[in-house]
Order: sequence, then structure tokens, then C-alpha cells
Amino acid sequence: MIIATLCGMGFGTSMMLKLFIEDILRDEEIKAKVVSWDLGSHKGQDADIIVAPSDMARHLQSSESTVVLIKNLVDKVEIRIKVLEAIQSLQD
Amino acid sequence: MNKSDDRNNSFSLEKVLTLESVKAKASVESWEQAANIVGELLINSKKVEPRYVTRMKQALAEIGPYVVVAPGIALLHARPEDGVLEPCISLITLDTPVDFGHSENDPVDIVIAFGATNKITHIPALKRIADQLSESEIVDKIRSAKTDKKLLEAFLDSHQDVIPEGN
Repeated sequence: MIIATLCGMGFGTSMMLKLFIEDILRDEEIKAKVVSWDLGSHKGQDADIIVAPSDMARHLQSSESTVVLIKNLVDKVEIRIKVLEAIQSLQD
Repeated sequence: MNKSDDRNNSFSLEKVLTLESVKAKASVESWEQAANIVGELLINSKKVEPRYVTRMKQALAEIGPYVVVAPGIALLHARPEDGVLEPCISLITLDTPVDFGHSENDPVDIVIAFGATNKITHIPALKRIADQLSESEIVDKIRSAKTDKKLLEAFLDSHQDVIPEGN
């Protein structure tokens, strides 16, 4: 499974999300690859799940991946609940 | 420079966030002024070229206010090639919060800026920042700090004299 985090430049916000998600996957012993993307380069790339700040929803309207939108990017509880839900929905 | 060199050069938050790079309770009337003040801290210490701060503001205007990463907290940056001279982080709090145009997380009273020289070496410091900001007690202390020294201590979550004073 590939989980991509998205932000405008690919190494601030999306990197922060990537680090939190890697912690969650480690805790839950889930095997998945987490990559961080920027808006310029994400088109044409494939991921099972894309995690992005809620303000970026409009950039992901045509995405075929499962999209997870996060309001508070430092809220580990929000990130954990939403990302695990998305992973579960893909496994069902 | 290869990847392992980059990793070896990674820097801690303590190394780059000093008394010169924080300012408590700044007075601003707009997000642009807040970005200017947090950016000037980096320009004045010769960590970034002035154009870096311009690019930081352009990025926000172009890509959107998602840089308001949490209620009241904005994390500003541009790209390494936009004029970063040294890895750096600066932090200000605002006496009166201002809007950045975010639908949920406005208004903002904590503004952090960082400059990275590549995609790797800032990761440990960024992780520390993210971990600190995820602790509401630490964020409360950051908000209530009235002096630069208290602000630095709150952010680093230390009660020692992190920097000798008065020189």
C-alpha cells in the first residue's frame, strides 16, 4: 500500500504529515510506504491513499485515490482516526 | 552531496532556534506583516536572502492558506532554491491574532518560518516542531509567553538558560 501526503511544496506540511503517519503505521504494525508529494508533481502518480490539508480539497476532486482531508495537521488523534479509517476501508 | 551526507548534516531544533530567532507578542495588522517580521528574523541573521521572505508570502497567496496547519498556528516556508543560505527556523507570537484566510484555523497568533537547504536535513527539526505543536500544554505556554526568552523556553520545552543572556 502506498500512502501519499500532499502539500504545495512537498517538504513542509506534507513532510510533517508523513512523519506522523509513519509513527501511526509503526504503532499499528501496518506495512505501507509513505511518500510526500507537492502539487506540481503529484499528477500522474499513483497512491492508494492521499492525505492532504483540508484546504487543498479542490486540488483533489478528480483523484481516484482514497482522499483523507486533515483540518488540524498537528492533531495526532484526528490524523490517526482518519488515516486508519481509510486503510480499513481499503482492506474491507 | 549524496543522501547519507545530507542525513549526517541534519540539525536539531535547539541548534537553529535561538533568542535571535524568536519574538514574543509582536504587533501586526495583517498576515503579510506577520510574515515580514518572522522573515526579518531570518534575514537579519543572514540565514536567508530577502527574496526568500517574498517567496514565502507568494507561496501562501498562490497555493492557499493551508499553511495555517492548526488552529492559530501558521508554518511558512519557501524552497531551498529561493535563497536559503543556512538551515534556519524563526518563531513569533502575535499580541492580537490576524486572519490568514483559512476557513477553519483562523485567526493566527503563532507564526513559524523555516528555511531548508534540501529535502532531508530539516526533518528531525520539523518533527520536533510538529511534536511540540501537538501538545496543547506546550502551545498554551507558547501563547502566554511575554518575553522572547520565555517563548524560546516554552517552544523548546526547557527551563534552563538555553542561551547566555546579556551579551
